[in-house]
Amino acid sequence: MGIESTADDFSVGVSTFDGEILANAIDAYVPPEGGIHPREAARHHADVASKVLREAFTKSGIRPKSLSVLAFSQGPGLGPCLRTGATVARALASYLGIPLVGVNHCIAHIEIGKLRAGAKNPVTLYVSGGNTMVAAFESGRYRVFGETLDIALGNCLDVFARESGLRQKVGMPFGAVIEKLALGGKKLIPLPYSVKGMDVSLSGLLTASVALLKKGDCRLEDLCYSLQETAFSMVTEVTERALAHTGKEELLLTGGVAANRRLQSMIRAVAEEHGVKFETVETQFAVDNGAMIAWTGALAYNHGVVTPVEKSFVRLRWRPEEVEVPWAE
Amino acid sequence: MGRVSSPVLIKKGAEANLYLADWHGRRAVMKKRLRKEYRPWKLDEQIRKYRTVHEPQLMHEAKRAGVPTPMIFLVDVKNTTIIMEYIDGKQVKQLLSAISEGERQRLCFRIGQLIARLHECGLIHGDLTTSNMIVGLGGRVFFVDFGLGDRSGEVEARGVDLHLMKRALESTHYEFAGTCFESVLAGYGSVLGAGAVKSVLDKVREIERRGRYVAERKQEESSV
Repeated sequence: MGIESTADDFSVGVSTFDGEILANAIDAYVPPEGGIHPREAARHHADVASKVLREAFTKSGIRPKSLSVLAFSQGPGLGPCLRTGATVARALASYLGIPLVGVNHCIAHIEIGKLRAGAKNPVTLYVSGGNTMVAAFESGRYRVFGETLDIALGNCLDVFARESGLRQKVGMPFGAVIEKLALGGKKLIPLPYSVKGMDVSLSGLLTASVALLKKGDCRLEDLCYSLQETAFSMVTEVTERALAHTGKEELLLTGGVAANRRLQSMIRAVAEEHGVKFETVETQFAVDNGAMIAWTGALAYNHGVVTPVEKSFVRLRWRPEEVEVPWAE
Repeated sequence: MGRVSSPVLIKKGAEANLYLADWHGRRAVMKKRLRKEYRPWKLDEQIRKYRTVHEPQLMHEAKRAGVPTPMIFLVDVKNTTIIMEYIDGKQVKQLLSAISEGERQRLCFRIGQLIARLHECGLIHGDLTTSNMIVGLGGRVFFVDFGLGDRSGEVEARGVDLHLMKRALESTHYEFAGTCFESVLAGYGSVLGAGAVKSVLDKVREIERRGRYVAERKQEESSV
């Protein structure tokens, strides 16, 4: 079983050691207004924890006593949210007398992506509300080849949407709202394009987009279109650079923003140009989810990794390079 | 461009194709930035033209700063193509793992000095990786690929430049990334002084702490 609670989602997944996903229950916190307040989100997680746990047990048909290991996302993420998930995990593991495995959230995204897409050794573009990185496996670890120098891609889109007075709802997050509006965009408005090495910087793009919005001379559809085209071109360019640099033969797109069809088409075009396989993940496994924690926990546990309770403190800035990955080839 | 004959593709990069060609009897590299189908035509053209114009300018300025770069023979903005001198030598990327520890540290020290010279003159390379440095046959270290470069004297821009160097070492030469980066910094400091190293290193740390979870960062800052 895996418990995920790094940001706005509280999720519990159940996986077998062969990678069959038996349950993936998710309850997302939707703030009444504004962004995610870490403590508000943590309170939500505490409120829904027992409900989501029960749902995962019911769906999987697994009784608590048959669990062999309990995995939880140990970081990186929002402190109060991580602590809530870790507390649930510790309590349940000690009650059942089974070992804990602390899982790195970013690595879990890559592992579930590989599992669901049937990928072996891809370059992964992982784009979400909290993370934007290009990573690939080299000599025992996932190395980050490129990432954002400031804000995450999803965060950039979310803040712009909020500034525009747009509303999100369950099943229609800000990213999807912008994607829909962008389809009505006709004019490409010049916006700052900032690629530095294999890194991107998105804060200037966000500031410029919001400034144009407040000025009121541009259609919202055109702005959404231009923001998407510019931001996605930037991450696609660095992904292509990492692909050329590593010479890998698969390209995996995952994270919450992976649901965007325009981004998918750009990444697919790069994969085709380089003659590599393009892979992406179903939305329920691309967004933050418990199944990815369960599966990565199973992989780690199979290779002798366990996390003693005294070492199960949450790690807010835990980088993927810090984790040895004995299970990947 | 009529004087270019028998171009042979030597590298298909992410951004441009490099051809080895004969230009007026000299061995030359032809760098052609290619249309990227994934991005809108207008944006694509802007980016390619901008980089085709700026790269030779920055290479020229780098020379004046005392950093060896290939000589530019021709710039063809319409075809987003640059023709430049071919540097016979080896990429630092290939060399680093093939030389002794002492040579490695000396090379990294030299690289640090060259980065400092660029920064001293307000130039930012923008893509400092070991693939973009060539040790010529005479032992001179050439910097290439200024396509993502910029002019800036800000500590922020210098910090990003060194951060990229550090990450390139970590992701490609993890076995000795730590000592190599220390030598780069030592070389950097030998030109710009210890104070400059400190301020730019503080910036590198700040950059590393950025990104990933904005809310968390604000929270931390307010609680510190």
